Amino acid sequence: MTAARAEGNAKLAALIARHPAGDATDLVQLLQDIQEEFNYLPEDAIHAAAAHVCVPVTKAFSVATFYRAFSLKPRGKTIIKVCLGTTCHIRGAPVVVDDIRTGLGVGPGETTKDMAFTVEVVNCVGACALAPVVIAGSRYLANVKPGTITRLLGAK
Amino acid sequence: MRFATVRDLETRSERMAAADAHVRRRVLVCSGTGCAAGGALDLYEKLVAQCRKVKLEVEVELAPCGEAKEPLYAAVTGCQGLCQMGPLVQILPDDILYTHVTPDKAKDVVAKTLVGGEVIEKLLYKDPESGKRISKRDEIPFYKGQRFIALEGCGRVQATSLDAYIARGGFSSLIKALGMKPEAVISEVEKSGLRGRGGGGFPTGRKWRSCVEAEGEERFVICNGDEGDPGAFMDCCIMEGDPFRVLEGMMIAAHAVGAKRGFIYVRHEYPRAVERLQKAIADCRETGLLGERILGSGLSFDVRLSRGGGAFVCGESTALMRSIEGNVGEPRAKYVRSVQKGLYDKPTVLNNVETFACVPAVIREGGEWLAKIGTKRSPGTKAFCLVGKVRNTGLIEVPMGTTLRSVIYGIGGGIIDGRPFKAVQTGGPSGGCLPESALDLPVDFDALIGAGSMMGSGGMIIMDDRTCMVDVAKYFLHFLLEESCGKCVPCREGIFQLHAMLEAMSTGRSQAGDLEKVRRLAEDIAASSLCGLGKSAPNPVLSTLRYFEAEYRAHIENHKCPAGVCRELTTFQIDKDKCTGCMVCVKACPPEAITGEKKKPHAIDEAKCTRCGACRTVCGYDAVQTR
Repeated sequence: MTAARAEGNAKLAALIARHPAGDATDLVQLLQDIQEEFNYLPEDAIHAAAAHVCVPVTKAFSVATFYRAFSLKPRGKTIIKVCLGTTCHIRGAPVVVDDIRTGLGVGPGETTKDMAFTVEVVNCVGACALAPVVIAGSRYLANVKPGTITRLLGAK
Repeated sequence: MRFATVRDLETRSERMAAADAHVRRRVLVCSGTGCAAGGALDLYEKLVAQCRKVKLEVEVELAPCGEAKEPLYAAVTGCQGLCQMGPLVQILPDDILYTHVTPDKAKDVVAKTLVGGEVIEKLLYKDPESGKRISKRDEIPFYKGQRFIALEGCGRVQATSLDAYIARGGFSSLIKALGMKPEAVISEVEKSGLRGRGGGGFPTGRKWRSCVEAEGEERFVICNGDEGDPGAFMDCCIMEGDPFRVLEGMMIAAHAVGAKRGFIYVRHEYPRAVERLQKAIADCRETGLLGERILGSGLSFDVRLSRGGGAFVCGESTALMRSIEGNVGEPRAKYVRSVQKGLYDKPTVLNNVETFACVPAVIREGGEWLAKIGTKRSPGTKAFCLVGKVRNTGLIEVPMGTTLRSVIYGIGGGIIDGRPFKAVQTGGPSGGCLPESALDLPVDFDALIGAGSMMGSGGMIIMDDRTCMVDVAKYFLHFLLEESCGKCVPCREGIFQLHAMLEAMSTGRSQAGDLEKVRRLAEDIAASSLCGLGKSAPNPVLSTLRYFEAEYRAHIENHKCPAGVCRELTTFQIDKDKCTGCMVCVKACPPEAITGEKKKPHAIDEAKCTRCGACRTVCGYDAVQTR
């Protein structure tokens, strides 16, 4: 077992221990904490979570695949969330998605090969005054104009 | 500090009210989503640090103080409304509202205003018509005509401070309610005529009564903070800006229906709301405002926060309850209503954030007070998010019955760049688009439904002539297509087909007769879907068809998109008479399809053009036209 893996396991164990054992209603919250820690849901973590709250693994997977917030694949270092709320849509968000596809070579739900960026689309982040808005990590990019997003992301 | 009795809380409230009255000057920094994204929290830190640097004593928490001390108090508040001009800073009692206060302006604000007592002209709101600077918040047209009930404390008090909340009479409604019989609380809410602010408009009092009458030992109170409608962030603002008020509303409901446990279900896209509510819940537990025998009364109540998983359907009550139980959020048919069999099949009251935020005011002022505000069938006020192609984007609250026109043109200041108004979209993906002819409709539950839209949770998206209604309808269908949970066929397959038909229209692949097919399928989906999501899914299509049929026909019959949005049906060209040769579009064009020299008309190379519309957006002379 590599050091990184062991560290991951220790983190997972500590995180799971903070949740009450056998409480099936806590499943969604537990998976959220795991995703927050690891940036995605590793397969063995889903197994561990299912065992901890005493539900079948199939149920844990059904929950993990139902909610949009969960990712079963490792995600990039920076998560780019392109807001596709109505305001962003009518103020040009679709062009921003296209620009990202051209600039980074990946579309929504995909990760760049170097694991630097994962592109996601979200339905409204409540920052309509800044439309169209892109959130890169914790940075809000406001009033994104066509052809500028790649530069704003610092990818080029 | 623990409030064992009502008297304990009252004593603390009096002390904090006195401390609040002693504040010499307060600086309130807005931390609504728009302002925060613009650096408001950084600005706050800088303001405080700068004050300390120049030896200006500043309090960051409202603290019981000695009589002589009159502190300067700087606090972060929830949304102050005018997001368009953020970050916002209010200085009281001077009554100054500063706009666009980026963090680099902290030094100036401290030196000139807080120390020098001088008003910084260029940070004041500038009236677009007269060019005059306006200092007082309530004289800005955006704030005129508004009335705050649900947003009463939002943007006015330190959002995260229990002391600040009780200093302004917070939890006095809880005290009053605890002194009343549950039955009396319910009848007060019934008298107020308060209807659910989540969009359904179901009478709140009647819901509470049905819950009490339902059989069962245990009951639950749930606050729905899964605000999923795109373009709506009122509930987010309330949860972030006045979290204790939401809890107080829930406690009053718990007393009324006899619930011991409550849940707040918050959308995971709202991390700040989660954080502040969690802090508020922890503070309430610590002080005994949540827990066993609250304030020495018979009420024992605790609240747990559940973070949503990013599924729109979970805003639907039965799906939300399944999600709290740790399951996938699939709705069920409502043969039995959730007030009778809700969470864990127990009687459950579920109201949305704004409804709970209205409850303390109803108890404090009495039901009849609210019933006199607004319209007869929709009493009270409603919070809206005014967004889209409107000049003043922001969070507003108006009495029911206010016309759409006065909201859009009075408060909103009209359309960006003076372009023509085309439609207003309300009700999110379940609502509809209303045209110019509907602008004099009063905002209330029934009038909007009558016109083919609905109130919804409060998103109000303004569209101009450069918005294509087929594209808007397609946008909502795409949204719902992704969010349909897949349980019932009409919704899962029907929306898929409907979307495909609109996609065909917007790419020039549709044929005569398609309009009828769209209409028929839309009606079938509405009639046969299992839950509200599917039943209302065709609304955006049906309402745009009702008012903008000609635009659909242009797509189908002429393969043209009059608004110039659908790329396959649009060709851009530059009007040589209007073009001034300013080079702005040349620089903005991503595929570099525009050529031209300075001061000479430019031209678009159609072969290179991707029809993204960037040139049209940036052109200040209306020279880019569609053909």
